[in-house]
Amino acid sequence: MVTSNVFHPSSALAQAIVNLFKFAFVLSAVIMLLVGGLVTYCILRFKGRPDHPDPRPFYGHTKLEIVWTVIPFLLLVCLMVLTVKAMNASDPPDKSKAPDIVVVGHQFWWEARYPRSGVVTANEIHLPAGRPLLFRLESVDVIHDFWVAQLGRKMDMIPGHPNFAWLQADQPAEYRGACSEFCGVQHAWMQIRVVAESAEQFATWEKQQLEPAPTPTTPSAERGARLFQQMTCVNCHAIRGLPGNADARAGPDLSHLASRKTLAAGVIENTPEGLTRWLKNPQHVKPGNLMPNMFLTDAQTEDLVSYLQSLK
Amino acid sequence: MNAPSSNALPLPHAATGQETGWLYGWITTVDHKRIGILYLLSAMVFFVIGGLEALLMRLQLARPNNSLLSPDFYNQMFTMHGTTMIFLVGMPMLIGFANYFVPLMIGARDMAFPRLNAMSVWLLIFGGVLLYFSFVTGGAPAVGWFAYAPLSEQAFSSSQGVNYWIASLLILGVGSIATAINLITTVVSLRAPGMTMRKLPLFVWMSFITAFLILFALPALNAAIVMLLMDRQLSSFFFGSFRGGSAILWQHFFWTFGHPEVYILALPAFGMISEVLPVFSRKPIFGYEFVATSGVVIALLSFGVWAHHMFAVGLGHMADAFFAASSMLIAIPTGVKIFNWIATMWGGSLRFTTAMLFAVAFLVHFTIGGLSGITFSAVPTNWQTTDTYYVVAHFHYVLIGGTLFGTYAGLYYWFPKMSGRMLSERLGKWHFWLAVISFDLTFFVQHILGLIGMPRRIYTYPDIPHWATLNMISTVGAVLMGVSVLVLLANIIWSLRHGQPAGDNPWKAWTLEWATTSPPPEHNFERVPPVRSRRPLWDLAHPENPDPPIAGKTAPESPYLEKNFVGMWSFILTEATFFIMLIIAFVYYTGSERNKNPHALADLNLQAASVFTVFLLLSSFTLWRAEKKLEQGRHKGFYVWLSATILLGLVFILGQGREYLGLFHRGVTFNNSLFASSFFTLTGFHGLHVCVGLMGLLIVLALGWAGDYKAGRTEAVRTLGLYWHFVDVVWIFVFTTVYLVGPRL
Repeated sequence: MVTSNVFHPSSALAQAIVNLFKFAFVLSAVIMLLVGGLVTYCILRFKGRPDHPDPRPFYGHTKLEIVWTVIPFLLLVCLMVLTVKAMNASDPPDKSKAPDIVVVGHQFWWEARYPRSGVVTANEIHLPAGRPLLFRLESVDVIHDFWVAQLGRKMDMIPGHPNFAWLQADQPAEYRGACSEFCGVQHAWMQIRVVAESAEQFATWEKQQLEPAPTPTTPSAERGARLFQQMTCVNCHAIRGLPGNADARAGPDLSHLASRKTLAAGVIENTPEGLTRWLKNPQHVKPGNLMPNMFLTDAQTEDLVSYLQSLK
Repeated sequence: MNAPSSNALPLPHAATGQETGWLYGWITTVDHKRIGILYLLSAMVFFVIGGLEALLMRLQLARPNNSLLSPDFYNQMFTMHGTTMIFLVGMPMLIGFANYFVPLMIGARDMAFPRLNAMSVWLLIFGGVLLYFSFVTGGAPAVGWFAYAPLSEQAFSSSQGVNYWIASLLILGVGSIATAINLITTVVSLRAPGMTMRKLPLFVWMSFITAFLILFALPALNAAIVMLLMDRQLSSFFFGSFRGGSAILWQHFFWTFGHPEVYILALPAFGMISEVLPVFSRKPIFGYEFVATSGVVIALLSFGVWAHHMFAVGLGHMADAFFAASSMLIAIPTGVKIFNWIATMWGGSLRFTTAMLFAVAFLVHFTIGGLSGITFSAVPTNWQTTDTYYVVAHFHYVLIGGTLFGTYAGLYYWFPKMSGRMLSERLGKWHFWLAVISFDLTFFVQHILGLIGMPRRIYTYPDIPHWATLNMISTVGAVLMGVSVLVLLANIIWSLRHGQPAGDNPWKAWTLEWATTSPPPEHNFERVPPVRSRRPLWDLAHPENPDPPIAGKTAPESPYLEKNFVGMWSFILTEATFFIMLIIAFVYYTGSERNKNPHALADLNLQAASVFTVFLLLSSFTLWRAEKKLEQGRHKGFYVWLSATILLGLVFILGQGREYLGLFHRGVTFNNSLFASSFFTLTGFHGLHVCVGLMGLLIVLALGWAGDYKAGRTEAVRTLGLYWHFVDVVWIFVFTTVYLVGPRL
């Protein structure tokens, strides 16, 4: 099951945070029981009636004040020590080496680049399980935040201020994440899908992603490819292998769109029906996103869908 | 002070109801009690509006993939809900109670500056209306109450909403600062004889501390939003993400204001609890000195913890650890308060009125809110939970479980004093149980939602296991919270007409506000009882067994500092903070831009600026001479020196104009570099202050011609003199920063 539960860590990085959490919870529970217990005791024991006389005045007790100043201070010293330890364990400081993956936040989608291999993809991030990966996190517009709870800490993506974070998935599985800093009208639909794979599977995936986009084989897909070039699609979206602007980065790279499960950062499934709905009017599916309604005819939509579906 | 206290000056006289009708009476009122009620009524109206906004959000989130609200409208809702609840409900509600009760509790006749007080409440009302006016200009702001740049910049939020948000917050900020100055001066200068600082009721202490928080925190917000406004309207790029602008500086400025703001909203509620718990436990507060001092400690610490809102920004482990430690420290004085409150109940004879019930609910819920706060001070847990529903749960436990429940306790406690009638206890208990149960229902589950991955500020969510159920529970709770507010409103309306008459002191309480009638007469007290201990009314009722007297200075005539002097010094402190923020911005931007634009500072004319600086400093000397002449009663000399001051000030302004023109000629205009933007902002605001000072001096001159100072009333001159000297001192810092340090940055 794909979850995003903080308490189901999938790496030592995330586990270190859970351990600190557990200490904080136990500490809180003890204090809460103490306060709640004292209040309850007061309520039960010292309930008075309007005709009762006022009790003897009592103004304070300096020793008690010292006790409830010093004991919390000592507890906080413990907490601080554990905090610093957990900081180092969950966010190892060594960030000098080259990043494994660069994720760039856009309104409202994620661009993922793999500098070692040159793979470029979007919204669905494949990674090899079992080893820590250094992420470089950037933004091209406003502040976003990259958060996949089970893999490690969250980190803001700030324009002009690249950040680095270590993330790791121990098990090959799918993980869910989301943008965790309000970034505008479609902040809600900036979901992240992480696919952790074994080293071999990941290598296969990378190899496949590096291939140029497949050439269309059916007449409909051929028409779709032409439409993609003739209309303004190429200005924002790159499809490697197709003549046109292969450097376009305003929208997600579509070279292997058909290998992805969802569209537009998780808002709908990547099926022919989903793709049709999206192309008919992106503003209806995800209001406020930056892809305009192109007012495609049914035939144009069908051709584009068959082309895009062929981009395995 | 050499002059006899001017605190006894007659109050400005407003038209009474009999003369002109009740509406005119309320609009023109300068009575602190009526102004307090105006504050509370405005807060209540905005509370209903902000609550409805919250309900709309909860209805939208009741089901996954819901489409009740459009995404943009949802974002407007949470922006307006946050802004409304903080600036138009929380602050006015607490300031309203402070307005009403601080003068009564210290045995004063009114606030120190009644007309300024009236100005503050009307600024609040107009500021609120302006914020909501944005709806008819094409949409309210949709950038969150924290308006993070660059999302709040023109490039990403091009509608008028953010401009209205800025304008409204500036107006509200001015009103709050004026109130803070008023409260500080009232407490310092207008206490009844014998009411020394060590005998102040704790609500007064907490309001007094809150006023200082406002004084130092609001200028940081004002500086930030002025810079944002310039970005949006004058195309500078302080917080833009390009050409060296800094999105992170916005966060530093915002949270320098934002975290003290949390205590602005919490401390007065602490004060109310410290009044209510003793009265209904029939015991004096336990550890008075510790409760008061811990308030001061919290206030001081609150200015050193802002970056715990920014742990996900990536400031580095050193900074994160520092702010973690400082944030954790705040738990200590807060814990001290909680334990003292429990010790106050211990061994008492508890009377479970609605006020007391809410005070107990406060203790429990505020503790939960405090404990979940640990998660945010401990950096790694913050890295998981920040900007999730866990935060939403946390701060609603602080602000509703803490502030609102505390204020409800205060409302049930003080309503009889304000209206002369008791609130219905039967409806009160309904209100209490509904409020507590619905609140826990709404917000407790949000802790879990955050921990299973639900981010904040999302208008909808996919159908993920448990999310739908928990969100539905939360929505049901929110609807019930709405019902609880309806019960409260019904109680207030019913009790105003049919409530039991209260009498002077229905709770047998011990502080001075209960020594007068309910509601108090316009002049508050026929006679203020003697104040020998912290519970003057206890002493009055139990002459055989009085509280131990608290020593302190009680000189019969003019025991306290003169009020204009205190007021102006408070004003100077807040203005100084504003200039410090602008100077920080100048240093930050000039330093960071040096590499790209090394010649920017070469355009400044150091020689000319030095000469004009001498002119401005000379004007302080001439004004000092003028004051001396006036004290000696030599009016002619006074006019001569005052006129010289005005001339010197004018020369300085002309010099500034010359510098500006020179820069324009060399092509240095407001928006062509960060250096230029911050230079013009800093020196421009200083120039504005000089102009205001000049206007003041001209008014003083005119009043002098009209013979106003013949009677020896020289406060105006001395007070304005303080301001003028301050403006000159600011220039020394500005000049040093811009002309001497700037080129070396």
